[in-house]
Amino acid sequence: MIKIGFYPGCSLTGSSREYAESVIALCEAFNIELKQIPDWNCCGATAAHNLDKELSLALPARILALAEQNGMTEIVVPCAACYNRLSVTEHTLNADEQLRARISEIIEMPYEGTVKILNVIQMLQKYVVNELANKIVAPFDHKVACYYGCLLVRPHEILQFDRVEDPQTIDEMLKLVGAQPVDWAFKTECCGAGFSVSQPDIVGKLSGKIVKDAVDRGAEAMVVACPMCHANLDMRRPAINSYLKTTIDIPVLYVTQVLGLALGISREKLGLQRHFVPVKF
Amino acid sequence: MSRIGVFVCHCGENISATVDVEKVAQAAAGFDDVVHSVDYKYMCSDPGQTLIKQAIKEHNLTGVVVAACSPRMHEPTFRKACAEAGLNGYMCEMTNLREHCSWVHDRTEETTEKAIDLVRMLVEKVKNNKPLEPILVPITKTALVIGGGIAGIQTSLDIANCGHKVILVEKEPSIGGHMSQLSETFPTLDCSQCILTPRMVEVAQHPNIELITYAELDSLEGYIGNFKAKIRKKAKSVDHSVCTGCGDCWGKCPSKKIPSEFNAGLGSRTAIYVPFPQAVPNKPVIDKSNCNYYQKGKCKICEKFCKPGAIRFDQEDEIVEAEVGAVVVTTGFDVVKPEFFPEYGYGKYKDVITGLQFERLASASGPTLGEIRRPSDEKVPEKVVFIACAGSRDPAKGINYCSKICCMYTAKHAMLYQHKVHTGKSFVFYMDIRAAGKNYDEFVRRAIEEDKVNYIRGRVSTVYEKDGKLIVKGADTLMNGEPIEIEADMVVLASAGISNPGSEELAQKLHVSYDRYKFFAEAHPKLKPVETNTAGIFLAGACQAPKDIPETVGMASGAASKVAALFSQPELKREPLIAVVNRQMPPVFSSCVGCFLCETACPYNAIGREEIKDRNGNVIKTLARVNEGLCQGCGTCVAFCRTKSIDIQGFSNEQMYSEVMALLND
Repeated sequence: MIKIGFYPGCSLTGSSREYAESVIALCEAFNIELKQIPDWNCCGATAAHNLDKELSLALPARILALAEQNGMTEIVVPCAACYNRLSVTEHTLNADEQLRARISEIIEMPYEGTVKILNVIQMLQKYVVNELANKIVAPFDHKVACYYGCLLVRPHEILQFDRVEDPQTIDEMLKLVGAQPVDWAFKTECCGAGFSVSQPDIVGKLSGKIVKDAVDRGAEAMVVACPMCHANLDMRRPAINSYLKTTIDIPVLYVTQVLGLALGISREKLGLQRHFVPVKF
Repeated sequence: MSRIGVFVCHCGENISATVDVEKVAQAAAGFDDVVHSVDYKYMCSDPGQTLIKQAIKEHNLTGVVVAACSPRMHEPTFRKACAEAGLNGYMCEMTNLREHCSWVHDRTEETTEKAIDLVRMLVEKVKNNKPLEPILVPITKTALVIGGGIAGIQTSLDIANCGHKVILVEKEPSIGGHMSQLSETFPTLDCSQCILTPRMVEVAQHPNIELITYAELDSLEGYIGNFKAKIRKKAKSVDHSVCTGCGDCWGKCPSKKIPSEFNAGLGSRTAIYVPFPQAVPNKPVIDKSNCNYYQKGKCKICEKFCKPGAIRFDQEDEIVEAEVGAVVVTTGFDVVKPEFFPEYGYGKYKDVITGLQFERLASASGPTLGEIRRPSDEKVPEKVVFIACAGSRDPAKGINYCSKICCMYTAKHAMLYQHKVHTGKSFVFYMDIRAAGKNYDEFVRRAIEEDKVNYIRGRVSTVYEKDGKLIVKGADTLMNGEPIEIEADMVVLASAGISNPGSEELAQKLHVSYDRYKFFAEAHPKLKPVETNTAGIFLAGACQAPKDIPETVGMASGAASKVAALFSQPELKREPLIAVVNRQMPPVFSSCVGCFLCETACPYNAIGREEIKDRNGNVIKTLARVNEGLCQGCGTCVAFCRTKSIDIQGFSNEQMYSEVMALLND
């Protein structure tokens, strides 16, 4: 049994509950125990670093410090925004002894910088990929457009994950379960992000271009690893359709859901019924 | 008993405005063994020097301290003056009252005190100076030029025309380098090959130049004036003394689909080939990695059709040795590879090409015979986007520098395209236009104003293919960052110029420094642009940093003149400020115990070994021995020596300690 710390963040307990469900279901299938960080708090998301630098570091630092306190050496952070904030904090505090001392003072906890932060792709690469082939019962024989968004791969100096301009890791992973990734142009284009709340029409335009290109290239599904991307591409489909002046019904799946389907995990366990655009696979 | 003279300079007001120079001279007059001390307005002037010369004679001085500017500036001046008055030049020392004192402090008493201390230190040092003589080194008057592009060609011709021998080594089958690949050259639009090929032929025919193509430097040992080079001649598999260059072989070679390096991958060549029709030498080599016979053991068609019988499948690499007195590195540059631009789709989309590939499209000797036809379907592109600074000035990608030539060649490319495709539209995305050079800015203006090239100030974020078009997404930063999308038929990247893949290895073989981008480092960015920090090794062209043809040629002639100046002397005179291993009477011979830590520490490979033998020839002791030609006097070995057996002449431990003690005992 492999034990990894787990930081769900707010999205995975709310609007993208199905992402959490599919991550957990997949981990169960591979005998990985996810242990939630007790008493975890908000990562600060977009708001904190626009308001106050210390706050934007203190919030993630408290999460990491709690993980350390609970003896965790590795945590998985499925939400791309949380992953980004936690990684930036780790990077910043590791590079600045004084600042780290200051932040420790604020959170009233020592932070040593020992816990390793994994996004879902990295966790899958490390613990799942090698055993994947033996467990496939229903190859996901569909054309997919893998959408990485912005936060999963940037800034490269800090995350050191995948190719910034033309990432490949999700494509490579999905090939292992029989999917055929399409070569498309919008892998890292902006989906509109937080405008989802304030100005959904902008999301309609930006995400609309993304969805349209995926469909034009023959994709049958879009695959993501970020709750924000998912919300914009899936939940904001009416705004997208009104921008495109047509109805597009391409479903948007989390990478963990696609892997789950290939392993024969039930649709309910993967939370497929929770999407706005129905998933018919 | 020493008799020291002190000469304090005002340097106009440079020193005297801050330091009380009279007080310094008075104080120095009171130091032990100082028999004469004066100040003067300009010590470096003729009257100033005369002052020193007269004092040496009148006071019978054994040592001189000039308290003035940096020794880098005037040490040779004052040493010469002393020598003219009959005092060994190395008995003269300078202390720097200007850069080390007056320029960096305010006028206070402490400043003058510091100046007095600086003089005191040097007075103590000079008492321990010993007369030294310059070292004489013989010179082999043959130059080795590595790289046969325009830089190497120009360097070789210039040295050879001075009457010296040159060995020109080129790794490709032909000389010519990147310049031979270019279509037309800015800012005059004259044909690159037309101006280059006569020089290539001149190289081949010059009686003083030995041209060795398809060869690389294997190793270089020795020192200025006396290098020993080993050159690896790669097996050509063709005997060039028999071959007539008729072309029957490459006409019949069945491996025809090999991407042509000369055409930057846009055309193909055969396995036995000459890179291009004007190649020098115009005789083929066999590319073993693509030859059916070498790879599969069957074929030999070329041998069958070769009338003179020049094919030699059993030829092997050969190492030739050469003695040379100077080396000029002219290995040129490269451009970034496809994986550098995932966002521009270079390597993924056939119609996204580099500037070098565009040169081949525009060249009369290129794959399309000079017609602008895009690689994917050979159609004439109606809309072409040129992206300047593709990779250059991009810290996120690790290239912070400007590649320097791209602004000009991009203007040229857009212009050539407009001249050849009258109905076409061209766009240039740029950051800044850097057109500094004679007639350069006028050239860019001509592209914009006469040839109607659309210049857009902004960067391109991505290029992707859609419905047979390349969608170029960028922004116009002069229009408030307005997003722009252009549906182009072809995209040309002004790819960053980078150092050659083998440059680091070569720099290590030559023991010359290189910068963080692996370009060879010049000895001084302003005053020694063609020298390296290793004596006798020079640089020219884009191996030092990206540069255009005029600059390369100028630098090549500069390097050649340095070599010619070196060769014009009967023997080489070097400063004797080098390390020496002490010697004593037998039976000790030296305090050196032969641990050879110094050998490991020396950055210049200047430490060798010397065996002391008895009269029967038996080795009694092995000592470190400093090679006078190689030693640069850095002193690293002195710091490493456990038995204090090595010293730097002119900077001996004794001299240094007396300087320090002068301060402490004050």
